[in-house]
Amino acid sequence: MPDPVKLTIDGKAVEAAPGTLVIEAAKCVGINIPSFCYYEGLSLQAACRMCLVEVEKAPKLMAACTLPVAEGMVVRTETPVVAEARKYTLEFLLTNHPLDCPVCDKGGECELQDMVFRYGAGESRFVENKIHVEEKQWSPVVFYDGPRCILCFRCVRICNEGMGVGALGIVNRGAVSEIAPNHGDHLECDECGMCIDICPVGALTSGTYRYKTRPWEMEHVGAICTHCSNGCKTTLGVRNGKIIRGNNHDRSGINGEFLCIKGRYGFDFTSHPERLQSPQMRVNGKLEPVSWSIALAAVAKKFGAALASDGRIGVIGSTHTSNEENHYLQKFARGVLRTNNIDHHRSGDVVTLLDALSGTTGSLASTADLYESKAVLVAGADLSSEQPFLAFQIRGNYRHHQAHVYVVTENEVREDGIAAESVRIARGGELEGIRSLAERLKTESELAIVFGDSVKGEAVRDLVAFGSSLGIPVKYVALVDYSNSRGALDMGLVPELLPGYQPSNRPGMTIGEMLDSDSLDVLWVVGANPLKASALRAADAFVVVQEMFLTETAQRADVVLPAASAYEKTGTVTNVCGEVQRLSAGPSTMGAKPDLEIIGLIAREMGQAAAAGPWAPDKVFAEIRATVKGYDVPMPVISAGGAAHTTPVNGRIPVESRPDLIHSSRDTLFTSGTLGRYSRMLGSVMEGRRR
Amino acid sequence: MLYNEPSPHEVKILTRRFGLPDSASIKTYLKTDGYVAFEKALKMKPEEIIAEVKVSNLRGRGGAGFPTGMKWSFVPRTSPKPKYIVVNADESEPGTCKDRVLIENDPHQLIEGMLIAALAVDAHAGYIYIRGEYRYLIDIMDKAIAEAYEHGYLGRNLLGSNFHFDAFTHTGAGAYECGEESALLESLEGKRGVPRIRPPFPAVVGAFQSPTILNNVETFCAAPAILRDGGAAFAALGIPKAGGTKMTCLSGHVNKPGVYELPLGFPVKTMIEEVGGGIRNGRKLKAFVPGGSSCPVLTAAECEGLTMDYDAMARVKSMLGSGGVVVMDEDTCIVKVALRVMRFYAHESCGWCIPCREGTTWLRKLLQRFHDGHGQRSDIVLIGDLAKNMLGRTFCPLGDAAAMPTISFVEKFREEFEAHLDGRPCPFEHAEQLVMQ
Amino acid sequence: MTFSPQLEAKFAKLLGSYPPGRQRSAMIPMLMFAQDEIGQVTQELVEEVASRIGCTPLQVEEVLTYYSMLHKKPLGKYHVQICTNISCMLTGGTELWEHACGKLHIGHREVAPDGLFSLEEVECIGACSWAPAVQVNYDFHHQVTPEKLDQLLAGLRSANAV
Repeated sequence: MPDPVKLTIDGKAVEAAPGTLVIEAAKCVGINIPSFCYYEGLSLQAACRMCLVEVEKAPKLMAACTLPVAEGMVVRTETPVVAEARKYTLEFLLTNHPLDCPVCDKGGECELQDMVFRYGAGESRFVENKIHVEEKQWSPVVFYDGPRCILCFRCVRICNEGMGVGALGIVNRGAVSEIAPNHGDHLECDECGMCIDICPVGALTSGTYRYKTRPWEMEHVGAICTHCSNGCKTTLGVRNGKIIRGNNHDRSGINGEFLCIKGRYGFDFTSHPERLQSPQMRVNGKLEPVSWSIALAAVAKKFGAALASDGRIGVIGSTHTSNEENHYLQKFARGVLRTNNIDHHRSGDVVTLLDALSGTTGSLASTADLYESKAVLVAGADLSSEQPFLAFQIRGNYRHHQAHVYVVTENEVREDGIAAESVRIARGGELEGIRSLAERLKTESELAIVFGDSVKGEAVRDLVAFGSSLGIPVKYVALVDYSNSRGALDMGLVPELLPGYQPSNRPGMTIGEMLDSDSLDVLWVVGANPLKASALRAADAFVVVQEMFLTETAQRADVVLPAASAYEKTGTVTNVCGEVQRLSAGPSTMGAKPDLEIIGLIAREMGQAAAAGPWAPDKVFAEIRATVKGYDVPMPVISAGGAAHTTPVNGRIPVESRPDLIHSSRDTLFTSGTLGRYSRMLGSVMEGRRR
Repeated sequence: MLYNEPSPHEVKILTRRFGLPDSASIKTYLKTDGYVAFEKALKMKPEEIIAEVKVSNLRGRGGAGFPTGMKWSFVPRTSPKPKYIVVNADESEPGTCKDRVLIENDPHQLIEGMLIAALAVDAHAGYIYIRGEYRYLIDIMDKAIAEAYEHGYLGRNLLGSNFHFDAFTHTGAGAYECGEESALLESLEGKRGVPRIRPPFPAVVGAFQSPTILNNVETFCAAPAILRDGGAAFAALGIPKAGGTKMTCLSGHVNKPGVYELPLGFPVKTMIEEVGGGIRNGRKLKAFVPGGSSCPVLTAAECEGLTMDYDAMARVKSMLGSGGVVVMDEDTCIVKVALRVMRFYAHESCGWCIPCREGTTWLRKLLQRFHDGHGQRSDIVLIGDLAKNMLGRTFCPLGDAAAMPTISFVEKFREEFEAHLDGRPCPFEHAEQLVMQ
Repeated sequence: MTFSPQLEAKFAKLLGSYPPGRQRSAMIPMLMFAQDEIGQVTQELVEEVASRIGCTPLQVEEVLTYYSMLHKKPLGKYHVQICTNISCMLTGGTELWEHACGKLHIGHREVAPDGLFSLEEVECIGACSWAPAVQVNYDFHHQVTPEKLDQLLAGLRSANAV
C-alpha cells in the first residue's frame, strides 16, 4: 500500500489513498459535497459543476469530483464563494427547467429540489422563454421528459457501463441536447429501469409509477425480489396495502442500485385481478369459493383420513416460499404426515457441488466475490438474461477492477463483450470448453466459477477437480432458478435430504414419481405448478393447492388455499450464492394468507399443532439457525436487513444427487414462471413478447 | 492563392513562399529550403530539437499561448505507447482565417513541422484535423501528403534514416468546440466534440489514449524556420518571452483587411492605421478585439501604446488569442456585437456543463430582447452578473470565452447599453432585426 | 448500401488511417463524404456506417446530431451558407443574409421548392479578412455584396438549366 496522502477538508485532517477524489475523501470525514453528475462507480463527467470547491492556491474553484487528493491540499467545501457558485449554477439549471414540481413524480425526493432548497436559489432572474419539447414514451416502462432533464448523464452511463446495454445516448448540442433511445423513437433494451431510478430529477419516469402517488404517501418496505435466484433487495413503495413501485434508490441491499425489470416492475402480479382471494373447494366438480374454516376443515379431514388409512401422500414445495415455510412444510410432511414424498423443482446441482467441495472452506462464492474476484468464469448460462444481478456484479468487477472474465457458452452472450476469452461449445460440452482455458486460468491469482444446469452430476465433480488442479483459490456458484430455489434445497425439500444436506435415509417419491403414481391419495402442492407440463396420473387423488392464482395445478385441485406472495409476508430466503436475507411484509391481499400460516392452520385443524410446532416465522427461523447446518448466521445482520452468507459445506453428502431431475427453466429477463405470466409489465414490453 | 495584398510591414517567415508560383507544390517547396530543417532535425537528438524550440520562445498560436517547447517536453518519449502528432486545423475562432492561408499556400511547411515534432517525441503518425468547412484544404493537404510520400518525406526510412512517419487528413463536421484540444481528440476518435477531463493532458494521454503533441497549424508551421535558422533567430524576430511572428487577421472596419505576418510586439496603432490602412470611410475607431471573439474587447483609448503580444494584452486584461483582430468603427452598435458574439457561443456550446449550456442560451435570449428594445436597466447588471457566474466555473474554456468579452462589453460600453433602454430602438440602426436561428 | 467506387475507395483509405481497433475514428469523415454523395444522412447511412466501424447506430446518431454540417434532411443542390458572425456582420453579412432570404423566399435551413437552393445562416467560416463571406457547398466567395450574390445565384441557376 502506498503512503496515504494527508490533506485538510473544511479544517478536518484527512488521510486518503493516492488517487482518491476529493469528493470521496470528503465523504470519509462526513462531508457531503453536492453533485448531480458524480455517481460512485460510474465514469467521471465534471459536467454539473455543483461540486466546485475552494482549494488553497488554486486560481479558481475546482471540481471535487475529478480532483485527486494531493499532499498538503487545503480544501473548503462550503465557503460563501462556493455557496454562491452553486446557487448561480442552480439558477442557470432552472432556466429551462419547467418547475412543474407540483405534478412531478420526483417531487419530494428530487435531488434538484433538495439542492435548490439547500443553496437558496429560490428566485430566478430569468424572464425569457423556456425551451420546451414534448414528453416522450420510449417503452411501457420508460418515459422521458426532456425539459426536466438536467443532463447529468447518469442514465446514459448506468445503461452503458452498468448494464452493458448502451441503449441511451446524448443527441443534439448545447441547450437543446437531450437523451435519446437506441431505436429512434423507442427503446429496445433490458427495460430494467436503472435509468429511471438513477435519474436525480423527474426526467425519466416509469410507466408503473408515474402520476400514481406522492412519495411521502407511501410506506417504504425493504423486500427481497421474489423472481430469480439473485436475491436483490427491492424497496417497495406501498400505499393502502398496494405496491405502487419498486426500486433500490438507496442502494441498501447486496445489489446496490441494481434491479432488473422483474425486481423493479414485476411486483404487479400481486394485484393482478385474477389473484385468489378466497379459498375454493370443488363442489359438484366445480371450484366454488368457500370460507377458510370450511376449506381448512376439508383439508384436515382428508389429510387425517389418508394418514389413518396409511394412504400415499405427496408434497410438492415451492422455489419461492420462505425458508421458514419450506422448513415447516418438510417438518410437517415428515413428522406429522409421516411421508418422505417431498420434492420441488430442482434447477441446479448444488448437492454435488457441496459434496465435491467437502473438506474445503471458503469455496462458495458470494455475490460480493463476483465483484471482487480477480477472475470470473461463466459456464453454461446466459447470465445477463438469466441471472442479471450476478452479471451486473461481473461487469462491475471488470469495470472497476479490470477482472479477467472467461465465458464458456453455447451462444453469444453479453459477457463476451468484456471477456478475456470466450469459448463456444455445444450444450453439455462446458467442461471441455473450460479445460481449453486451463493454461490461461493457471496464470490467474484466483477464480470464481459460475455454472448453469448443464454442468451437473459427474461434470460438477470434474469441474471441482479441474479447479483444484489450477493451484489457485477457486470459488463456485451453482446457478439455480428462483428466489428460494437454494433455500428449498437447504431446507430439505427433496426426498433424499433433510435440512442441512443430511441424508434422510428413507425412501420417498420425487415429483415425477408422485405424478406418475397411480396410487397417490393426496397431493399437496405449495406454491408450485407441476401440472403445467405434466399430468397427474392418480385420477382420484385429493389435491390441495396453496397458490396465488388458479394455475393449471390449482384448476385440478379439490381445495385451493389463497396464498400470500413473498412481498406480503415475513421470513427469510436464500439466494443463489447462499446469502440469507429477510423478507418484509409490505402490501397485503385480502383473503390470502402466508403459506406458513396456512400450514400451521392445517396442523391445528388436524389437532397436530403441538407436533408441528409454532408457526411464527421468527420462531421457525430460530429453529433453522439452531438445527440446520450452515444456517447459524449472525442475527444482527439478518435483523438489520443485511445478507448473511450460509456455509453449507459440511462434509460428504452420501446421496445420489439425481442430475436427471435437474433442469433450469431458463427464464429470461422477461419471464418468471407463474409470476411472470401474471405480471402485466413483463408481458407488455416488446422485448418480452419477442422471446 | 492570396486574398489580399501583402503589407510592407510584414516579416515573412511562415509566409515566405506566399505568392511564389505554385507555392503549394513540393517542387516550389524544395527549391526554397523545403525539408532542410527536417534533414537537420534528423541528425539531432530529440532533446536538442525541443531545446531549440524552447530557445525560439515559440508560444502556441491557437489562442492559449502556452510555450511550445515546454508542451513538447511533457510527452513521455520513452513510453511504450505509440506517440501521435495532431494538427489543430479546426480554425473556427471568429475573426480568424490564418491557418487556412498557411495550408492553402504552403502545405509542405506544415508537414515538415509535423515531422520535426515527430522526431522530438518519437511519433510515427500524425493527423491533420481540418474543419469541415475547409474541404478544399483537405484536397490541397492530401495532394501535398501524396507528394511527400513520393519524394520520401513521408513513409518509411525517411531520407535513409530508420525514422518513419505517416500523415493523414481528418475532416471535422462543424463544431467550434473541436478547436479545444481535448474535444478535438474526441472528435478525431469519432465521438461528440466534448472536451475531456484534464489532467491528464494530451501530452500524456491524447489521441487513442497515447501521448500526443497537439498544436495549432501556425505553431507547427513555425518549426521549420526555427530548426532551419535556429531558435535564437526566431526569438529575435519577436520580443522577450514571445518569439517570432504572428499571423494576424485584420477584419472589420479597416480599409485593407487581410492576413498579415507581423512580428510579435507589433504596435496596435500601426497595425490598424498602416497595415490595415486605417478605418473605413474616414470613421473613428471605437473598439477592437485583439485575438478572436473570445478576447475581451479593447477601446480606442486602450490602443495607445499597446503592442500585439501575449504580455501586453494580458496587462490590459485581454488576450492575443488566435490573432483575429476585429476592428469596429464609431458607428458600431456594441450591444449588437455582444448579441452576435453570444449567439455564436450559445450555438457552439457543447451542452456538457450547466453554466455554459444554460448561461450562453440565457444571455443570447436576454441580449436579443435587449437589442430589440425591450431591455430594462436591471438587465445591464444581469448581463454582467450572468457572465461572471459562468466565468471560471465551466468545464472547458468555452464558457470563459463567452463570458470574458461579454463582461468587457458591458463594463466598457455601459452607456451604449443604456441607450437601448426604455423601448428605444438601437441608436445605430433603424428597425434592424437579426434573424434568429 | 452501395456507394460510388470513389467513395468506397475513400472509405477504404479512411478505415486504414487509424490505429488497429480505432476504426470508429472514421465515423465523421465517412458521414461527411457520404453526405456529399447522397445529399443527406439517412437512417440507412447511419446503420451502414455503424456496421462498418463496429459501433451502434445510436452512437452514430449521437455524433451526427452534434455536428452542424451533418444534415438528416436533404439540402438544396446548392447549399448557400451565409456567415453573419462578427467580422461578416460588421461588413454587411446580416444585410446579405436578409437579402438572400428575400431573394430565395426561404429561411434558415430551408430548401427552395425546386430543390435547387437551400439557405443556412452559418457561424464563422474562416473568411473574416475577406468578409462578408458566403460558401456555396464547399466553395468560398469573398467580399460578397447583394449584387454579387444575385449574380452568383443566377449563374448557378443557369448552369443547372444547361
